[in-house]
Amino acid sequence: MTTQVIPKPSKPWEVTVKQRAATGSLIALAVVLAGVSVKFSGLNGKLGFAVSFFFIATGLIFIQQLRLRDLQAAKDALLSSFAMLGIVLTLIPIVSIVSTVVIKGYKGIHPSLLFKDMALNSVNDPITEGGLLHALVGTSIMVFGALIISFPIGVLTALYLTEIRGKLARPIKFLVQAMSGVPSIVAGLFILSSLVYPVTKELSGLMGSFALSILMIPTIARTAEEMLRLIPSDLREAGVALGATQWRTVSGVVLPAAKSGLVTAIILGVARIIGETAPLLLVSGGGDALNMNPTSGAMGSLPYYIWKSFLTGGTEEAFARAWGGMLVLLAFIFILFGLARFLSGRKVG
Amino acid sequence: MENQSAAIPAPREITTKPRRSDQVFRGIVTLGGMASLVILGLIAFFLSIKGFHILSEEKFSFITESRWEVLTDENGDIADSTLGIGAMLVGTFLSALIAISVGVPIAVLSALYLTFYARGAVKKILISLIDLMAAFPSLLYGFWGFFVFMASAEYWAKLLNKYLGFLPFFDVPAPIFERSPFIAGLVLAIMIIPIVTSISREIFDQTPLDRIQAAYALGASKLAMIRAVVIPYGRGGVVGGAMLGLGRAMGETVAVYTVLNVVYQINWQVLFGAGGNVASLILLKFGEAGPYEVDALMAAGLILFILTLIVNALADLLINRFGSKGK
Repeated sequence: MTTQVIPKPSKPWEVTVKQRAATGSLIALAVVLAGVSVKFSGLNGKLGFAVSFFFIATGLIFIQQLRLRDLQAAKDALLSSFAMLGIVLTLIPIVSIVSTVVIKGYKGIHPSLLFKDMALNSVNDPITEGGLLHALVGTSIMVFGALIISFPIGVLTALYLTEIRGKLARPIKFLVQAMSGVPSIVAGLFILSSLVYPVTKELSGLMGSFALSILMIPTIARTAEEMLRLIPSDLREAGVALGATQWRTVSGVVLPAAKSGLVTAIILGVARIIGETAPLLLVSGGGDALNMNPTSGAMGSLPYYIWKSFLTGGTEEAFARAWGGMLVLLAFIFILFGLARFLSGRKVG
Repeated sequence: MENQSAAIPAPREITTKPRRSDQVFRGIVTLGGMASLVILGLIAFFLSIKGFHILSEEKFSFITESRWEVLTDENGDIADSTLGIGAMLVGTFLSALIAISVGVPIAVLSALYLTFYARGAVKKILISLIDLMAAFPSLLYGFWGFFVFMASAEYWAKLLNKYLGFLPFFDVPAPIFERSPFIAGLVLAIMIIPIVTSISREIFDQTPLDRIQAAYALGASKLAMIRAVVIPYGRGGVVGGAMLGLGRAMGETVAVYTVLNVVYQINWQVLFGAGGNVASLILLKFGEAGPYEVDALMAAGLILFILTLIVNALADLLINRFGSKGK
């Protein structure tokens, strides 16, 4: 009887412990060499260490691959080192930004901020005096106003692109893209020249809403379009096959199916404009007092609160206040992003 | 029999003409779809009617002249004015060019990492972090750049000046390295990296899998595969993404205003602390501007609007032309 030899499954391409140890020791060697080079040359501090570490480690790995394999493999290793460098350089700012805002911002946060405005306070007052109630209310009113204007327009644009698909679908898609590149200051100037100077002659929260909606419409339109495209066309065909008109199909089948997608579009639109500063500096008047009336009078906003605290203060309290405002803003963006992700479960941006 | 035949309903008229409700629906949606066209048209229209008389008075020198002076007589009437955005246009291009020449290579490398090296949970987390970063407001980048990033950027600027100072654009007339176009460009680079990374990653993701596998099957290493398949396939899209970043960097207001020392002069020496861009000029001058100057700012806004529109149009063309081929 011959025994059948069953070959043991093996994965020759997998990284073995030995190879891992070799790479690890190379990196450790690079750390040591980088330390030495920083000590004995003009290179300076953490940055100098990082730079010399990167070049030494890359060089060592290159030589190792060249010795073990060939030039192709060594070049390949070079690319992966540089790709790694790219992602690290991309991530350093985000880590730095978030940690700066949290570390500097928590000093500028106080529960009483939520109940007071800055009408009688200067930005240099201690954090316990004055507050950002007016800013939160103003931002909410303006963002809500912008949402009321942008949501219908954005969704109609998305419906035109996905449901009607008329002759103009391509140009319109192009224009929506172009609109998303309109600089925010131009949106402010546009509202000034078209509404403020000829019609209302007064800066107000409503003008802020109009300016923000110009920036919000493309975001909502693009996200909504993407979400509507995800609805399988079977659903549309089923609706039409049951004898429904296109209007009934869209309102009864497509839009309900895309509900969470549309909410995502709203959230991303809000996240896009919640920190917009330039247009509000031009058109909302930048108030310090609580103002619930969007049609008249200067209206405060969170970005303006931060802007004013940074630029007009100069004391430690003012900077703490500004970073505190930034922390609140950042918290809003995190929450909005988390919500969008939770709702759609897919890429957002 | 006769009664029965009378009960047979008249056959339904078969037509491809949409019902009344659908006609209304289509009309409304089409109207809504035109909104972007209408809004862009209105922006151009209103900025032109406010800014046109400035452009016709200053003529071509509005673009080439680099002074911004309004002289008023004792009645407050304008006696003489020289308004030109030449210096600011130079500054706009300069800082945006620095931004893309630093930002795009980094963004493309990290997009390569995300597409071809990162796996599983790490990839997911990195992608959402970068998307999150794209949503940070420019205010945040501006003040972070000013308070945190400036110190190290100044150190790099000094290094560049020390070792490459013989190149004319790395030279400085006086040792002032703070708040230079170089630093503003770096902050803009950090702002556009997430955007360009996202677009490049999407383009790389669309590389046809069969061609990638064909390259591997022929024995290509990752580098060889990327050079032979991914780069030729994605080049146009990546250039488009870079253009989009350029448009964003050109129109940026708040971040440039906070980081850059806005001075009215043409400054080609990127390490020297003086410069500006059109958007930051508008913000700077707006507070103190009289009606005549406001109109001039509208004209500046119009030029900025047209510039960004052209850049964005090119970007969109490139991304769509090259981006969706493999889908």
